[in-house]
Amino acid sequence: MQFDQLLQYLLSGLSTGAIYALIGIGFSIIYNATGIINFAQGEFVMLGGMVTLLFLETGKLPLWAAIPCAVAVSTASGMLFERLAIRPLRQPTPINLVIITIGGSILIRGLAMLLWGKDTHAIPPFSGEEPLAVGGATILPQHLWILGVTLLIIAANKYYFYHTISGKAMRACAYNRRAAGLVGIDVRRMVLFSFIISSAMGSVAGIIVAPLTMTAYDVGIMLGLKGFCAAIIGGMSSGGATVVGGLVLGILESLGAGLISSGYKDAIAFIILLLLLFIRPQGLFGKAQSERV
Amino acid sequence: MLRLKKVNTYYGKVHALKNVTLLLAEGEIVTLIGANGAGKTTILNTISAVTPASSGEVLFNDSQISALAPDRIVKLGISQVPEGRQVFKPLSVEDNLDLGAYLRYRNGESKASIHTDMDQVFSLFPRLQERRKQLAGTMSGGEQQMLAIGRALMAKPKLLLLDEPSMGLAPLIVQEIFRVLNQLRREQGTTILLVEQNARAALKLADRGYVLETGKIILEGTSAQLMENADVKRAYLGKDKG
Repeated sequence: MQFDQLLQYLLSGLSTGAIYALIGIGFSIIYNATGIINFAQGEFVMLGGMVTLLFLETGKLPLWAAIPCAVAVSTASGMLFERLAIRPLRQPTPINLVIITIGGSILIRGLAMLLWGKDTHAIPPFSGEEPLAVGGATILPQHLWILGVTLLIIAANKYYFYHTISGKAMRACAYNRRAAGLVGIDVRRMVLFSFIISSAMGSVAGIIVAPLTMTAYDVGIMLGLKGFCAAIIGGMSSGGATVVGGLVLGILESLGAGLISSGYKDAIAFIILLLLLFIRPQGLFGKAQSERV
Repeated sequence: MLRLKKVNTYYGKVHALKNVTLLLAEGEIVTLIGANGAGKTTILNTISAVTPASSGEVLFNDSQISALAPDRIVKLGISQVPEGRQVFKPLSVEDNLDLGAYLRYRNGESKASIHTDMDQVFSLFPRLQERRKQLAGTMSGGEQQMLAIGRALMAKPKLLLLDEPSMGLAPLIVQEIFRVLNQLRREQGTTILLVEQNARAALKLADRGYVLETGKIILEGTSAQLMENADVKRAYLGKDKG
Protein backbone atom coordinates (compact mmCIF):
# COMPACT_ATOMS: atom_id res chain seq x y z
CA MET A 1 0.00 0.00 0.00
CA GLN A 2 1.18 3.45 -0.74
CA PHE A 3 2.19 6.00 1.78
CA ASP A 4 0.04 8.68 0.15
CA GLN A 5 -3.02 6.57 0.54
CA LEU A 6 -2.25 5.92 4.17
CA LEU A 7 -1.80 9.62 4.73
CA GLN A 8 -5.15 10.23 3.11
CA TYR A 9 -6.85 7.81 5.47
CA LEU A 10 -5.12 9.37 8.44
CA LEU A 11 -6.16 12.88 7.51
CA SER A 12 -9.78 12.10 6.94
CA GLY A 13 -9.79 9.93 10.07
CA LEU A 14 -8.42 12.84 12.05
CA SER A 15 -11.23 15.15 11.06
CA THR A 16 -14.04 12.66 11.70
CA GLY A 17 -12.25 11.85 14.94
CA ALA A 18 -12.34 15.50 15.93
CA ILE A 19 -16.12 15.44 15.53
CA TYR A 20 -16.39 12.32 17.68
CA ALA A 21 -14.21 14.00 20.28
CA LEU A 22 -16.48 17.05 20.48
CA ILE A 23 -19.55 14.89 20.90
CA GLY A 24 -17.74 12.66 23.37
CA ILE A 25 -16.72 15.58 25.54
CA GLY A 26 -20.38 16.58 25.63
CA PHE A 27 -21.23 13.13 26.99
CA SER A 28 -18.47 13.37 29.58
CA ILE A 29 -19.42 16.81 30.83
CA ILE A 30 -22.98 15.77 31.57
CA TYR A 31 -21.86 12.45 32.97
CA ASN A 32 -19.43 14.12 35.32
CA ALA A 33 -21.92 16.69 36.53
CA THR A 34 -24.91 14.38 36.92
CA GLY A 35 -23.74 10.78 36.73
CA ILE A 36 -25.98 10.08 33.75
CA ILE A 37 -25.25 9.17 30.16
CA ASN A 38 -27.27 11.59 28.10
CA PHE A 39 -28.39 9.53 25.17
CA ALA A 40 -30.06 12.58 23.69
CA GLN A 41 -26.63 14.07 23.05
CA GLY A 42 -26.66 12.96 19.42
CA GLU A 43 -29.92 14.81 18.79
CA PHE A 44 -28.29 18.12 19.58
CA VAL A 45 -25.68 17.27 16.99
CA MET A 46 -28.49 16.67 14.50
CA LEU A 47 -30.25 19.88 15.53
CA GLY A 48 -27.07 21.85 14.89
CA GLY A 49 -27.02 20.84 11.24
CA MET A 50 -30.75 20.90 10.61
CA VAL A 51 -31.42 24.25 12.28
CA THR A 52 -28.55 25.79 10.36
CA LEU A 53 -30.28 24.60 7.23
CA LEU A 54 -33.55 26.08 8.40
CA PHE A 55 -31.99 29.49 8.88
CA LEU A 56 -30.19 29.23 5.54
CA GLU A 57 -33.09 28.14 3.40
CA THR A 58 -36.22 29.34 5.12
CA GLY A 59 -34.66 32.27 6.96
CA LYS A 60 -32.51 33.27 3.98
CA LEU A 61 -29.68 34.14 6.31
CA PRO A 62 -26.08 34.00 5.15
CA LEU A 63 -24.04 31.09 6.50
CA TRP A 64 -22.03 33.17 8.98
CA ALA A 65 -25.28 34.34 10.60
CA ALA A 66 -27.16 31.05 10.36
CA ILE A 67 -24.52 29.16 12.32
CA PRO A 68 -24.61 31.18 15.56
CA CYS A 69 -28.40 31.24 15.38
CA ALA A 70 -28.47 27.47 15.04
CA VAL A 71 -26.08 27.03 17.96
CA ALA A 72 -28.30 29.30 20.03
CA VAL A 73 -31.46 27.37 19.14
CA SER A 74 -29.86 23.99 19.82
CA THR A 75 -28.42 25.18 23.11
CA ALA A 76 -31.80 26.54 24.11
CA SER A 77 -33.34 23.17 23.36
CA GLY A 78 -30.66 21.53 25.51
CA MET A 79 -31.59 23.89 28.32
CA LEU A 80 -35.26 23.22 27.83
CA PHE A 81 -34.60 19.50 27.85
CA GLU A 82 -32.89 19.77 31.23
CA ARG A 83 -35.64 21.96 32.64
CA LEU A 84 -38.57 19.91 31.39
CA ALA A 85 -37.26 16.37 31.45
CA ILE A 86 -34.42 16.10 33.93
CA ARG A 87 -35.06 18.60 36.71
CA PRO A 88 -38.69 17.78 37.54
CA LEU A 89 -37.77 14.17 38.28
CA ARG A 90 -38.71 13.30 41.84
CA GLN A 91 -36.41 10.35 42.19
CA PRO A 92 -33.52 10.84 39.87
CA THR A 93 -32.03 7.36 39.95
CA PRO A 94 -29.49 6.79 37.16
CA ILE A 95 -31.71 4.26 35.41
CA ASN A 96 -34.68 6.66 35.37
CA LEU A 97 -32.53 9.42 33.98
CA VAL A 98 -31.01 7.26 31.29
CA ILE A 99 -34.43 6.12 30.15
CA ILE A 100 -35.62 9.71 30.08
CA THR A 101 -32.72 10.75 27.89
CA ILE A 102 -33.48 7.89 25.51
CA GLY A 103 -37.12 8.93 25.43
CA GLY A 104 -36.09 12.52 24.89
CA SER A 105 -33.89 11.54 22.00
CA ILE A 106 -36.72 9.63 20.32
CA LEU A 107 -39.02 12.60 20.81
CA ILE A 108 -36.58 15.12 19.38
CA ARG A 109 -35.85 12.87 16.42
CA GLY A 110 -39.54 12.39 15.78
CA LEU A 111 -40.24 16.10 15.87
CA ALA A 112 -37.34 16.69 13.50
CA MET A 113 -38.77 14.16 11.08
CA LEU A 114 -42.18 15.86 11.16
CA LEU A 115 -40.59 19.23 10.63
CA TRP A 116 -38.00 18.44 7.98
CA GLY A 117 -39.09 15.16 6.51
CA LYS A 118 -36.86 12.17 5.87
CA ASP A 119 -34.70 13.68 3.18
CA THR A 120 -30.99 14.16 3.43
CA HIS A 121 -29.82 17.73 3.16
CA ALA A 122 -26.52 19.41 2.50
CA ILE A 123 -25.02 22.51 4.02
CA PRO A 124 -22.59 24.34 1.74
CA PRO A 125 -18.92 24.12 2.80
CA PHE A 126 -17.72 27.16 4.75
CA SER A 127 -15.03 28.12 2.28
CA GLY A 128 -15.21 26.38 -1.05
CA GLU A 129 -14.59 22.88 -2.24
CA GLU A 130 -11.16 23.31 -3.79
CA PRO A 131 -9.07 20.44 -2.39
CA LEU A 132 -5.73 21.28 -0.83
CA ALA A 133 -2.70 19.07 -1.34
CA VAL A 134 -0.98 17.82 1.80
CA GLY A 135 2.01 15.66 0.95
CA GLY A 136 0.59 13.24 -1.54
CA ALA A 137 -2.89 13.41 -0.07
CA THR A 138 -5.61 15.99 -0.41
CA ILE A 139 -7.99 17.49 2.08
CA LEU A 140 -10.95 19.79 1.75
CA PRO A 141 -11.01 23.22 3.34
CA GLN A 142 -13.88 21.93 5.46
CA HIS A 143 -11.50 19.46 7.10
CA LEU A 144 -9.38 22.37 8.23
CA TRP A 145 -12.45 24.11 9.59
CA ILE A 146 -13.29 21.01 11.57
CA LEU A 147 -9.82 20.68 13.05
CA GLY A 148 -9.54 24.40 13.79
CA VAL A 149 -12.95 24.75 15.42
CA THR A 150 -12.39 21.60 17.47
CA LEU A 151 -9.06 22.87 18.76
CA LEU A 152 -10.64 26.19 19.67
CA ILE A 153 -13.49 24.54 21.55
CA ILE A 154 -11.18 22.21 23.42
CA ALA A 155 -9.02 25.15 24.46
CA ALA A 156 -12.06 27.13 25.61
CA ASN A 157 -13.26 24.12 27.52
CA LYS A 158 -9.94 23.69 29.25
CA TYR A 159 -9.94 27.35 30.20
CA TYR A 160 -13.45 27.12 31.58
CA PHE A 161 -12.82 24.06 33.72
CA TYR A 162 -9.44 25.07 35.09
CA HIS A 163 -9.49 28.84 35.29
CA THR A 164 -13.00 30.03 36.05
CA ILE A 165 -14.80 29.66 39.35
CA SER A 166 -17.87 28.27 37.61
CA GLY A 167 -15.80 25.61 35.85
CA LYS A 168 -14.05 24.67 39.07
CA ALA A 169 -17.43 24.44 40.77
CA MET A 170 -18.56 22.05 38.08
CA ARG A 171 -15.51 19.86 38.67
CA ALA A 172 -16.24 19.98 42.39
CA CYS A 173 -19.82 18.82 41.74
CA ALA A 174 -18.52 16.02 39.56
CA TYR A 175 -16.28 14.85 42.38
CA ASN A 176 -18.60 15.26 45.36
CA ARG A 177 -22.05 16.79 45.00
CA ARG A 178 -22.81 16.89 48.69
CA ALA A 179 -19.60 18.70 49.57
CA ALA A 180 -20.22 21.04 46.66
CA GLY A 181 -23.60 21.90 48.14
CA LEU A 182 -21.99 22.52 51.51
CA VAL A 183 -19.70 25.21 50.12
CA GLY A 184 -22.70 26.94 48.59
CA ILE A 185 -22.66 25.63 45.04
CA ASP A 186 -26.16 25.27 43.64
CA VAL A 187 -25.82 21.78 42.22
CA ARG A 188 -28.94 22.01 40.06
CA ARG A 189 -27.60 25.10 38.39
CA MET A 190 -24.42 23.22 37.57
CA VAL A 191 -26.46 20.42 36.04
CA LEU A 192 -28.20 22.98 33.84
CA PHE A 193 -24.82 24.44 32.86
CA SER A 194 -23.56 21.03 31.89
CA PHE A 195 -26.52 20.58 29.54
CA ILE A 196 -25.96 24.02 28.06
CA ILE A 197 -22.29 23.39 27.36
CA SER A 198 -22.85 19.91 26.01
CA SER A 199 -25.67 20.84 23.68
CA ALA A 200 -23.73 23.84 22.41
CA MET A 201 -20.69 21.68 21.70
CA GLY A 202 -22.78 18.96 20.13
CA SER A 203 -24.54 21.39 17.83
CA VAL A 204 -21.25 22.91 16.70
CA ALA A 205 -20.00 19.42 15.90
CA GLY A 206 -23.15 18.79 13.89
CA ILE A 207 -22.73 22.02 11.97
CA ILE A 208 -19.09 21.70 11.02
CA VAL A 209 -19.47 18.11 9.87
CA ALA A 210 -22.67 18.64 7.88
CA PRO A 211 -21.01 19.98 4.70
CA LEU A 212 -18.96 16.75 4.45
CA THR A 213 -21.43 14.07 5.43
CA MET A 214 -24.82 15.63 4.72
CA THR A 215 -27.43 15.80 7.43
CA ALA A 216 -30.86 14.35 8.09
CA TYR A 217 -33.28 13.96 10.97
CA ASP A 218 -31.63 10.73 12.08
CA VAL A 219 -27.89 11.47 11.91
CA GLY A 220 -27.89 11.94 15.66
CA ILE A 221 -28.12 8.24 16.43
CA MET A 222 -24.91 7.20 14.77
CA LEU A 223 -22.94 10.33 15.62
CA GLY A 224 -24.14 10.14 19.21
CA LEU A 225 -23.05 6.54 19.56
CA LYS A 226 -19.66 7.27 18.03
CA GLY A 227 -19.21 10.16 20.42
CA PHE A 228 -20.22 7.92 23.29
CA CYS A 229 -17.60 5.45 22.11
CA ALA A 230 -14.96 8.21 22.12
CA ALA A 231 -15.97 9.14 25.66
CA ILE A 232 -15.68 5.52 26.79
CA ILE A 233 -12.22 5.21 25.25
CA GLY A 234 -11.34 8.38 27.13
CA GLY A 235 -12.70 7.03 30.40
CA MET A 236 -15.42 9.73 30.51
CA SER A 237 -12.83 12.44 30.97
CA SER A 238 -13.96 15.83 29.79
CA GLY A 239 -10.49 16.64 28.57
CA GLY A 240 -7.57 15.24 26.66
CA ALA A 241 -8.32 11.55 27.03
CA THR A 242 -11.67 11.83 25.27
CA VAL A 243 -10.09 13.90 22.50
CA VAL A 244 -7.53 11.16 21.97
CA GLY A 245 -10.39 8.65 22.14
CA GLY A 246 -12.23 10.46 19.36
CA LEU A 247 -9.15 10.73 17.18
CA VAL A 248 -8.19 7.09 17.68
CA LEU A 249 -11.71 6.04 16.78
CA GLY A 250 -11.82 8.29 13.71
CA ILE A 251 -8.49 7.05 12.43
CA LEU A 252 -9.26 3.37 13.04
CA GLU A 253 -12.57 3.77 11.27
CA SER A 254 -10.99 5.44 8.32
CA LEU A 255 -8.19 2.88 8.09
CA GLY A 256 -10.66 0.04 8.47
CA ALA A 257 -12.91 1.45 5.79
CA GLY A 258 -9.96 2.00 3.48
CA LEU A 259 -8.01 -1.19 4.06
CA ILE A 260 -10.70 -3.73 4.82
CA SER A 261 -14.04 -2.60 3.53
CA SER A 262 -16.10 0.53 3.93
CA GLY A 263 -19.00 -1.72 4.85
CA TYR A 264 -17.33 -2.35 8.20
CA LYS A 265 -16.86 1.30 9.05
CA ASP A 266 -19.52 1.51 11.73
CA ALA A 267 -18.88 -1.99 13.00
CA ILE A 268 -15.34 -0.97 13.93
CA ALA A 269 -16.56 1.63 16.39
CA PHE A 270 -18.86 -0.79 18.11
CA ILE A 271 -16.30 -3.57 18.27
CA ILE A 272 -13.96 -1.12 19.99
CA LEU A 273 -16.76 -0.01 22.30
CA LEU A 274 -17.63 -3.56 23.32
CA LEU A 275 -14.02 -4.62 23.78
CA LEU A 276 -13.34 -1.64 25.99
CA LEU A 277 -16.43 -2.13 28.08
CA PHE A 278 -15.40 -5.75 28.63
CA ILE A 279 -11.71 -5.30 29.19
CA ARG A 280 -11.02 -1.75 30.29
CA PRO A 281 -14.26 -0.10 31.44
CA GLN A 282 -12.20 2.64 33.09
CA GLY A 283 -11.08 3.79 29.63
CA LEU A 284 -7.88 3.34 27.71
CA PHE A 285 -5.89 5.63 29.98
CA GLY A 286 -7.80 5.29 33.21
CA LYS A 287 -6.17 3.83 36.27
CA ALA A 288 -8.11 1.53 38.52
CA GLN A 289 -9.57 3.74 41.22
CA SER A 290 -7.35 4.39 44.18
CA GLU A 291 -7.00 7.34 46.45
CA ARG A 292 -5.51 8.40 49.73
CA VAL A 293 -7.87 8.76 52.62
CA MET B 1 -27.94 32.99 67.25
CA LEU B 2 -29.01 29.46 66.37
CA ARG B 3 -31.96 27.73 67.92
CA LEU B 4 -33.39 24.29 67.24
CA LYS B 5 -36.89 23.77 68.59
CA LYS B 6 -38.30 20.27 68.85
CA VAL B 7 -36.65 19.18 65.67
CA ASN B 8 -37.43 15.76 64.23
CA THR B 9 -35.48 14.35 61.32
CA TYR B 10 -35.88 11.08 59.49
CA TYR B 11 -33.47 9.10 57.31
CA GLY B 12 -35.99 7.23 55.27
CA LYS B 13 -37.91 5.44 58.02
CA VAL B 14 -35.27 5.87 60.69
CA HIS B 15 -36.25 8.45 63.26
CA ALA B 16 -32.79 9.99 63.64
CA LEU B 17 -33.57 13.10 65.72
CA LYS B 18 -36.29 13.12 68.33
CA ASN B 19 -37.50 16.48 69.59
CA VAL B 20 -34.06 18.00 69.65
CA THR B 21 -33.95 21.45 71.19
CA LEU B 22 -30.70 23.30 71.42
CA LEU B 23 -29.36 26.80 71.54
CA LEU B 24 -26.18 28.55 70.49
CA ALA B 25 -25.39 32.10 71.55
CA GLU B 26 -23.15 34.32 69.49
CA GLY B 27 -19.43 33.71 70.10
CA GLU B 28 -19.96 30.44 71.91
CA ILE B 29 -18.27 27.13 71.29
CA VAL B 30 -20.73 24.35 71.92
CA THR B 31 -19.99 20.68 71.54
CA LEU B 32 -22.23 17.71 70.83
CA ILE B 33 -21.00 14.47 72.27
CA GLY B 34 -22.43 11.00 71.98
CA ALA B 35 -21.75 7.57 70.63
CA ASN B 36 -21.74 6.57 66.97
CA GLY B 37 -25.20 6.79 65.53
CA ALA B 38 -26.51 9.03 68.29
CA GLY B 39 -27.49 11.67 65.74
CA LYS B 40 -24.67 14.19 66.07
CA THR B 41 -23.95 14.35 62.37
CA THR B 42 -27.66 14.45 61.64
CA ILE B 43 -28.00 17.61 63.72
CA LEU B 44 -25.34 19.31 61.62
CA ASN B 45 -26.88 18.08 58.40
CA THR B 46 -30.29 19.24 59.51
CA ILE B 47 -28.90 22.71 60.13
CA SER B 48 -27.12 22.65 56.75
CA ALA B 49 -30.36 21.42 55.14
CA VAL B 50 -28.69 18.35 53.68
CA THR B 51 -31.21 16.19 55.57
CA PRO B 52 -33.94 18.70 56.30
CA ALA B 53 -36.02 18.54 59.47
CA SER B 54 -39.45 17.00 58.99
CA SER B 55 -40.90 18.92 61.89
CA GLY B 56 -39.83 21.53 64.37
CA GLU B 57 -38.03 24.80 63.81
CA VAL B 58 -34.48 25.70 62.92
CA LEU B 59 -34.00 29.39 63.58
CA PHE B 60 -30.93 31.37 62.64
CA ASN B 61 -30.95 34.91 64.00
CA ASP B 62 -34.66 34.43 64.57
CA SER B 63 -35.56 33.50 61.02
CA GLN B 64 -36.72 30.07 59.98
CA ILE B 65 -34.13 28.30 57.80
CA SER B 66 -35.32 24.71 57.74
CA ALA B 67 -36.98 24.99 54.32
CA LEU B 68 -33.97 26.44 52.51
CA ALA B 69 -31.60 24.67 50.09
CA PRO B 70 -28.05 23.90 51.27
CA ASP B 71 -26.46 26.69 49.25
CA ARG B 72 -28.83 29.25 50.80
CA ILE B 73 -27.74 28.18 54.26
CA VAL B 74 -24.13 28.90 53.34
CA LYS B 75 -25.21 32.28 52.02
CA LEU B 76 -26.69 33.11 55.41
CA GLY B 77 -23.33 32.50 57.07
CA ILE B 78 -23.44 28.88 58.21
CA SER B 79 -20.62 26.71 56.91
CA GLN B 80 -20.10 23.06 57.60
CA VAL B 81 -16.82 21.15 57.71
CA PRO B 82 -18.21 17.72 56.87
CA GLU B 83 -17.33 14.41 58.39
CA GLY B 84 -14.45 12.72 56.61
CA ARG B 85 -13.30 16.15 55.36
CA GLN B 86 -14.67 15.72 51.83
CA VAL B 87 -12.19 18.03 50.20
CA PHE B 88 -12.28 18.12 46.41
CA LYS B 89 -9.41 15.72 45.90
CA PRO B 90 -8.82 16.18 42.18
CA LEU B 91 -8.51 19.95 42.64
CA SER B 92 -5.57 21.92 43.99
CA VAL B 93 -5.46 23.33 47.50
CA GLU B 94 -5.91 26.80 46.11
CA ASP B 95 -8.90 25.78 43.99
CA ASN B 96 -10.50 24.15 47.02
CA LEU B 97 -10.15 27.38 48.95
CA ASP B 98 -11.44 29.38 46.01
CA LEU B 99 -14.53 27.19 45.92
CA GLY B 100 -15.04 27.86 49.61
CA ALA B 101 -15.57 31.44 48.51
CA TYR B 102 -17.82 30.41 45.62
CA LEU B 103 -20.79 32.50 46.74
CA ARG B 104 -18.59 35.52 47.29
CA TYR B 105 -17.29 35.21 43.72
CA ARG B 106 -20.88 34.90 42.53
CA ASN B 107 -21.69 38.08 44.42
CA GLY B 108 -19.05 39.86 42.40
CA GLU B 109 -16.52 40.21 45.17
CA SER B 110 -13.05 40.83 43.81
CA LYS B 111 -10.41 38.15 43.60
CA ALA B 112 -8.02 40.42 45.49
CA SER B 113 -10.22 40.67 48.56
CA ILE B 114 -10.94 36.95 48.51
CA HIS B 115 -7.26 36.19 48.24
CA THR B 116 -6.58 38.39 51.25
CA ASP B 117 -8.77 35.99 53.19
CA MET B 118 -6.95 33.10 51.63
CA ASP B 119 -3.72 34.51 53.03
CA GLN B 120 -5.41 34.60 56.39
CA VAL B 121 -6.24 30.92 56.10
CA PHE B 122 -2.62 30.31 55.18
CA SER B 123 -1.49 32.11 58.29
CA LEU B 124 -3.74 29.86 60.38
CA PHE B 125 -2.46 26.76 58.59
CA PRO B 126 0.99 27.52 57.15
CA ARG B 127 1.22 24.00 55.79
CA LEU B 128 -1.52 24.73 53.30
CA GLN B 129 0.50 27.57 51.87
CA GLU B 130 3.44 25.28 51.21
CA ARG B 131 1.10 22.99 49.33
CA ARG B 132 -1.14 25.47 47.61
CA LYS B 133 -0.53 24.09 44.10
CA GLN B 134 -0.73 20.48 45.19
CA LEU B 135 -3.81 18.35 44.53
CA ALA B 136 -5.84 18.01 47.72
CA GLY B 137 -6.08 14.22 47.39
CA THR B 138 -2.32 13.84 47.64
CA MET B 139 -2.10 15.38 51.10
CA SER B 140 -2.15 13.66 54.47
CA GLY B 141 -5.37 13.31 56.45
CA GLY B 142 -4.39 16.11 58.80
CA GLU B 143 -3.62 18.46 55.96
CA GLN B 144 -6.92 17.61 54.30
CA GLN B 145 -8.70 18.42 57.54
CA MET B 146 -6.95 21.78 57.66
CA LEU B 147 -8.01 22.35 54.08
CA ALA B 148 -11.60 21.42 54.85
CA ILE B 149 -11.65 23.95 57.69
CA GLY B 150 -9.92 26.54 55.53
CA ARG B 151 -12.44 25.98 52.76
CA ALA B 152 -15.33 26.57 55.16
CA LEU B 153 -13.66 29.71 56.51
CA MET B 154 -13.36 31.16 53.00
CA ALA B 155 -17.12 31.73 53.05
CA LYS B 156 -16.58 33.99 56.08
CA PRO B 157 -19.11 32.11 58.18
CA LYS B 158 -20.66 33.51 61.31
CA LEU B 159 -21.37 29.99 62.47
CA LEU B 160 -19.01 27.12 61.82
CA LEU B 161 -20.26 23.53 62.09
CA LEU B 162 -17.50 20.97 62.53
CA ASP B 163 -18.07 17.26 62.20
CA GLU B 164 -15.43 15.09 63.88
CA PRO B 165 -12.42 17.18 62.95
CA SER B 166 -10.09 14.95 64.98
CA MET B 167 -11.17 11.68 63.37
CA GLY B 168 -8.22 9.52 62.45
CA LEU B 169 -5.62 12.18 63.11
CA ALA B 170 -2.43 12.14 65.15
CA PRO B 171 -2.71 13.85 68.57
CA LEU B 172 -0.32 16.64 67.60
CA ILE B 173 -2.41 17.56 64.58
CA VAL B 174 -5.57 17.44 66.66
CA GLN B 175 -3.95 19.87 69.06
CA GLU B 176 -3.08 22.21 66.24
CA ILE B 177 -6.60 22.12 64.86
CA PHE B 178 -8.16 22.79 68.24
CA ARG B 179 -5.71 25.64 68.79
CA VAL B 180 -6.90 27.20 65.54
CA LEU B 181 -10.55 26.83 66.53
CA ASN B 182 -9.84 28.62 69.76
CA GLN B 183 -8.00 31.34 67.91
CA LEU B 184 -10.93 31.77 65.51
CA ARG B 185 -13.35 32.35 68.32
CA ARG B 186 -11.00 34.72 70.13
CA GLU B 187 -9.95 36.81 67.17
CA GLN B 188 -12.97 36.71 64.91
CA GLY B 189 -15.75 35.85 67.30
CA THR B 190 -16.80 32.87 65.17
CA THR B 191 -19.51 30.80 66.79
CA ILE B 192 -18.70 27.10 66.65
CA LEU B 193 -20.79 23.96 66.92
CA LEU B 194 -18.41 21.05 67.33
CA VAL B 195 -19.28 17.39 66.97
CA GLU B 196 -16.63 15.16 68.49
CA GLN B 197 -15.88 11.61 69.46
CA ASN B 198 -12.94 12.86 71.42
CA ALA B 199 -15.16 14.17 74.21
CA ARG B 200 -12.35 15.18 76.52
CA ALA B 201 -10.66 17.44 73.99
CA ALA B 202 -14.00 18.84 72.88
CA LEU B 203 -15.16 19.70 76.40
CA LYS B 204 -11.82 21.34 77.11
CA LEU B 205 -12.32 23.68 74.20
CA ALA B 206 -16.05 24.25 74.43
CA ASP B 207 -18.05 26.50 76.75
CA ARG B 208 -21.04 24.21 76.86
CA GLY B 209 -22.05 20.82 75.67
CA TYR B 210 -25.00 18.60 74.85
CA VAL B 211 -24.97 14.83 75.25
CA LEU B 212 -26.89 12.86 72.67
CA GLU B 213 -28.17 9.33 72.88
CA THR B 214 -30.20 7.60 70.15
CA GLY B 215 -31.43 10.84 68.68
CA LYS B 216 -32.34 12.53 71.95
CA ILE B 217 -30.56 15.10 74.02
CA ILE B 218 -30.19 13.51 77.42
CA LEU B 219 -27.97 16.01 79.14
CA GLU B 220 -26.74 19.55 78.77
CA GLY B 221 -24.55 21.89 80.74
CA THR B 222 -21.36 23.84 80.85
CA SER B 223 -18.23 21.95 79.95
CA ALA B 224 -17.12 21.95 83.56
CA GLN B 225 -20.43 20.47 84.71
CA LEU B 226 -20.35 17.78 82.06
CA MET B 227 -16.77 16.85 82.84
CA GLU B 228 -17.77 16.28 86.44
CA ASN B 229 -20.91 14.35 85.62
CA ALA B 230 -20.56 10.71 86.56
CA ASP B 231 -22.45 9.37 83.54
CA VAL B 232 -20.43 11.45 81.14
CA LYS B 233 -17.24 10.37 82.82
CA ARG B 234 -18.11 6.73 82.57
CA ALA B 235 -19.51 6.71 79.07
CA TYR B 236 -17.45 9.29 77.23
CA LEU B 237 -14.35 10.16 79.19
CA GLY B 238 -13.50 6.61 80.17
CA LYS B 239 -12.23 7.53 83.61
CA ASP B 240 -14.63 6.47 86.30
CA LYS B 241 -14.16 2.88 87.36
CA GLY B 242 -15.36 3.09 90.94
